[in-house]
Amino acid sequence: MSSLVYFSSVSNNTARFVDKLSLPAHRIPLRAGDPALHTQDPYVLVVPTYGGGNHGGAVPKQVIRFLNDPDNRALLRAVIAAGNTNFGQAYCLAGPIIAAKCGVPYLYGFELMGTPHDVETVRTGLTTFWNHTETPR
Amino acid sequence: MTTSTPKLIDRVTAINWNRIEDEKDLEVWDRLVGNFWLPEKVPVSNDISSWASLSEAEKTMTTRVFTGLTLLDTIQGTVGAVSLIPDALTPHEEAVYTNIAFMESVHAKSYSSIFSTLVSTKEIDEAFRWSEENPHLQRKAEIILDRYHGEDPLKRKVASVMLESFLFYSGFYAPMHWSSRAKLTNTADLIRLIIRDEAVHGYYIGYKAQRALESADAQRQQEVKDYAYELLLELYDNEVHYTEDLYDELGLTEDVKAFLRYNANKALMNLGYEALFPKEETAVNPAILSALSPNADENHDFFSGSGSSYVIGKAVETQDDDWDF
Repeated sequence: MSSLVYFSSVSNNTARFVDKLSLPAHRIPLRAGDPALHTQDPYVLVVPTYGGGNHGGAVPKQVIRFLNDPDNRALLRAVIAAGNTNFGQAYCLAGPIIAAKCGVPYLYGFELMGTPHDVETVRTGLTTFWNHTETPR
Repeated sequence: MTTSTPKLIDRVTAINWNRIEDEKDLEVWDRLVGNFWLPEKVPVSNDISSWASLSEAEKTMTTRVFTGLTLLDTIQGTVGAVSLIPDALTPHEEAVYTNIAFMESVHAKSYSSIFSTLVSTKEIDEAFRWSEENPHLQRKAEIILDRYHGEDPLKRKVASVMLESFLFYSGFYAPMHWSSRAKLTNTADLIRLIIRDEAVHGYYIGYKAQRALESADAQRQQEVKDYAYELLLELYDNEVHYTEDLYDELGLTEDVKAFLRYNANKALMNLGYEALFPKEETAVNPAILSALSPNADENHDFFSGSGSSYVIGKAVETQDDDWDF
């Protein structure tokens, strides 16, 4: 079954968005000491943008660690990013960075925990996306 | 307005940054320090000829906007952020509030720096007089100061997020408007630095409010949630009038209102609450959104089927150890 993989800090903004999608989802652990997440199925990654300025570090280091696992990286099909337009050019920057690095599409950007419209758009869009990407096992 | 005796911390423990109780404190501290700036770094004087090209009505609106923003930053620097310190859960949280308070004072000073560069003393004095006499600006200050003087620390945090993430935006609209027309672009650059700071402030204070609410019972959680929505609506009603006073003459009021509602939703989200205004009512003028964030257009909605702007990133050969983003 295809699914979502997401990262969320203790602020839980991205976790709230993913909860509202009501789709199968796995959370990338917060702390280095936590057991690493190993995916078994193709997934779309949902990731908040860090840094909030011009100092790099847009992709959370936990997500970098997760994608450093070649098996995890091989199953990545697309990326969705969160951000805040207040950060100007850095808005949702984690999305295009991961998309470029991994050669997958950047599907959608939303702010903070997402509006109801964002949730509806992503839920509907993901169904279409998976239908066109590959048949889930 | 209620008055209360000044509240101070009654006990101080030496702060140990090597024992972090909430990792968010250090993360936000680092981000705020990394974002530190001073108005002297922005060459606002390059806007002098652009300022001269504005009509009298445009100059008046812009000057009044900046006096209103100065008032808000003054409140947040001297009362708002400071009022949060006694209820901080960790010494690191206290330190972050002192950083926030200081930056609000930097913001307040920045407007004076813009004024002294672009505007005559007479015009500045007139704008400050207008601000002191405008009932809706004064009402805004009164509502928020009243909440800051209240006894409930959680409600103070809610009010603080409303100020940081909502109340500034009737003013922030103006420099984004000018920037979208290639006017006052250096001033807009300076305001964007303020906008970036306010995002971190609203996010952090909202996060701390949520943490404090986690351990509360359902009734208390509902009480604070109701309070947040009621306060937002009270402030919104007042903002609409304030916006009319500032922008009616230039025909921009409806455009500003959409921007207000868009930011009202973000203030609620910073508190962990659902957005209130539907998409149709928060459709910010694309030129304004683009002035705020060049990446914030619809191009990133792959699902919408517009498709033309969608490009898979060029694949990059990577080694496992070279994820140095």
